Amino acid sequence: MQATSYQTVDDLRAHVGKLRSSGEADRRRLLCCCGTGCIASGAAPVAEALHKALAELPADKRAPLNLVMKRTGCHGLCQKGPLVVLMPEGTFYTSVKPKDVPEIVSRSVLGGEVIERLLYRDASGKPVQKYSAIDFYAKQTRVAMRNVGQIDPASLDDYLLRDGYQALCKVLTTMTPEQVMQTVEKAKLRGRGGGGFDAGRKWRSCKSAKGELRYIICNGDEGDPGAFMDCSIMEGDPHGVIEGMIIGAYALECHEGYIYVRQEYPLAVKHLQRALGDARAAGLLGENILGSGFSFDITIARGGGAFVCGESSALMRSVEGKVGEPRAKYVHATDKGLWDRPTVLNNVETWVNVVRIMERGADWFCGMGTERSKGTKAFSLTGKVKHTGIVEVEMGTTLRQIIFGPGGGMLVEGEGGRFKAVQTGGPSGGCLPESLLDLSVDFDSLTKAGSMMGSGGMIVMDHRTCMVDVARYFLHFLTDESCGKCVPCREGLWQLDRIVSRICEGKGAEADLDKIEDLSKAIELGSLCALGKSGPTPVLSTLRYFRDEYLAHIKDHRCPAGVCKALITYSIDKALCDGCGACLAACASSAILGTPKKGDSFEINTLKCDRCGACAAVCKRGAIAIS
Amino acid sequence: MSFSMMINGKRVEAHDGELVLAAARRAGIHIPTLCEHEAVEPFGSCRLCMVEVTKEAWKGWKGLMTACLYPAAPDLIVETESERVLHVRRNVLDLLLARCPDSKLIQRLAAEHGVHRTTFTPRDSEPSRREGERALAAPDLCILCGLCTRVCETAATAAICTVKRGHAREVGTPWGTPPPDCIGCLACAHICPTGHIVFVETGFDRTIWERTFALVRCKDCGRPLPVTVEQAAFLAKRQQLDPSYFERCEACQRQSTAQVFGRMARWNRLGLVQEPSAPVKPVEVKP
Repeated sequence: MQATSYQTVDDLRAHVGKLRSSGEADRRRLLCCCGTGCIASGAAPVAEALHKALAELPADKRAPLNLVMKRTGCHGLCQKGPLVVLMPEGTFYTSVKPKDVPEIVSRSVLGGEVIERLLYRDASGKPVQKYSAIDFYAKQTRVAMRNVGQIDPASLDDYLLRDGYQALCKVLTTMTPEQVMQTVEKAKLRGRGGGGFDAGRKWRSCKSAKGELRYIICNGDEGDPGAFMDCSIMEGDPHGVIEGMIIGAYALECHEGYIYVRQEYPLAVKHLQRALGDARAAGLLGENILGSGFSFDITIARGGGAFVCGESSALMRSVEGKVGEPRAKYVHATDKGLWDRPTVLNNVETWVNVVRIMERGADWFCGMGTERSKGTKAFSLTGKVKHTGIVEVEMGTTLRQIIFGPGGGMLVEGEGGRFKAVQTGGPSGGCLPESLLDLSVDFDSLTKAGSMMGSGGMIVMDHRTCMVDVARYFLHFLTDESCGKCVPCREGLWQLDRIVSRICEGKGAEADLDKIEDLSKAIELGSLCALGKSGPTPVLSTLRYFRDEYLAHIKDHRCPAGVCKALITYSIDKALCDGCGACLAACASSAILGTPKKGDSFEINTLKCDRCGACAAVCKRGAIAIS
Repeated sequence: MSFSMMINGKRVEAHDGELVLAAARRAGIHIPTLCEHEAVEPFGSCRLCMVEVTKEAWKGWKGLMTACLYPAAPDLIVETESERVLHVRRNVLDLLLARCPDSKLIQRLAAEHGVHRTTFTPRDSEPSRREGERALAAPDLCILCGLCTRVCETAATAAICTVKRGHAREVGTPWGTPPPDCIGCLACAHICPTGHIVFVETGFDRTIWERTFALVRCKDCGRPLPVTVEQAAFLAKRQQLDPSYFERCEACQRQSTAQVFGRMARWNRLGLVQEPSAPVKPVEVKP
């Protein structure tokens, strides 16, 4: 890594020009995804093996290749990881194991062949060779995540080659802070963290607040279970976040910024720290940035991983070193935020979008999205879809287009695997049914339908999911993660959890449904922060769209999806059972009667059975029936 | 600057920086509270003081705000007993009654709002809650209003604080052990609206938070003063008092004052009008 400090904007531009003419940009690249998702599925040894195999190539073979290997951030298609991509050909290998590495190097890198068995296969089972031809990528619009997966997050030069810090140069040389502010206002950028508040308005009210000292904060807390968009951006494109914040600081004439990252994102912390160090060394952060006279620096604040610390006022308390508890926002953070000074807090994705708006203008940004929600939004698609991972689409794309487009449709074929609901907006979002699949995904439509955009979690459920159980799960999560400061959230969500759990156990009464609605209304009206106010959403939305399922639990003591343990029994279909004995071995409570013998069949002792479902999971013949 | 605003249809004067609750109280309008106290900053945790707030410029939009935190403003229209307000208040009290069925204060407040028995699951009937919990002789009356921890922070040494999250939240001490910073001042016990925080005073010492403190003994008569040794040292330091301030009990202080007056009367009789410049030494009193 170079330690050149660029004194002026022209210095930086000259360096980029030199980089381009050096042919660095034209080299072949072997990208190995080292995002958290791929590392979890074993990317680290793959990257290690690739690196070693390439290093061991004899020099005469290596030189003409003109190849460079890069450990990149998340490519998004986490389900198929570890991923290895050969650029510029765009050959896309999935589920790579270390043992595949020699073959990739010898056949694909040296021989220029394509290894068919490692290729991605589309719905019809046909292998797809090209990165861009894969439906997962073809149907996305990558704006905020443009660089994620394409660059080595540890390399400033990589970022510079993808026009990094060009927006900053433009802002510093040709725009006044007021012009930057106006551009953001004109782009109608709305906060990507959950509330969808107009970023331009937030900036404006902070700037007009009293006080010389202001702060900006990047919220990278991202506590929703299953959501990792911000994580991917911070890991894969840390300079993008930093550049966005510098531009924001310039517009707000502020000199101190914080990035709040949770401790559970060690890779994000590592990459951000490195990027901050590199940016400082290059004169892009600190005193007198690129000779412009403007000074700004960023500190990383690490959070302990409390969900509530994603809430802005709790986050600010946490940065101050206090217990992360929200406080009333009757006086806004833009007037009295961090250390009671005017503060602008935006989400990771929002800051990255600022860079794109400065690069390409507000009109370009407004050209995407709907009337009131402009631009794109990244979603983390999880649950029962073929392609779980990160997708970024234009605002206004329908749920169906996301789930059956980049999402690749439902995971399991057949009746049970049919689409049932999608939960948007994280734990305090709502579940939307099949009839709303054609709903446009933007801030206002989702809120109107009883859910919310949230930070962009999207959990797809099929017909084997019990909606009452889903409501119970999220209530349980929120009960645990509530800070416990105010009564409606602490006591109310706990009581809601009791009521819904009772229904799951078949002990509910019809009056419970009225009680849920009555209490939920009080929680929504009475809670202190957004966590409490939106806490009842999962139960209210499931009650709104899946009331019959609640009634089945209460009236018929039946769980239609076969999930709620108290309401189901397992039995063995003797006609299908061939007596292999797999279930016998899997059962931990010795509830299966019989001896493994060809032609014989088993029975389940329902008194002993604890309904764990282990037998059903191992039975190859599908002989275990749930009723 | 002072201005007027409307509370329950009544014109109320308020001034800049004032909060709705204070303005309402001055106008004699009652708003129930549990977590509010003049000794500490408003906190907004009990949600009982919620009121419905609107302005003409808001075109019919009404918000539910806590009166203890919402700043008074010109043209503000406040309703303290609207249907939505009462809905929240009733539910909050019902929830608190489920949490602390034995609290007399909550019972009374809930009854005032028409809740005579909780409609929720009482906490004590939950076996999961009892497990691992410190066995308490007294019923758990804590409503987690946070007054004790806040008063300890502002008036004393921040020796206690709330610990854990969500429904498991409780008022606690560092690591659940007797708090090392505690000075035994009883501010927490006296501010507690439900009487949850208990202390024992037996003659010459006081026990609170599983710590026993010796009380200051009167230098003259030896009787205990209502302050602990640690508390006297803390207060003398913080308020920059003469350390002798806490040396004598009230009766002995009164007595020594009387003796000073008596001596001055004697001097006057002898024709000595001026007070001696040297400080008067208190007369030794035999216990």
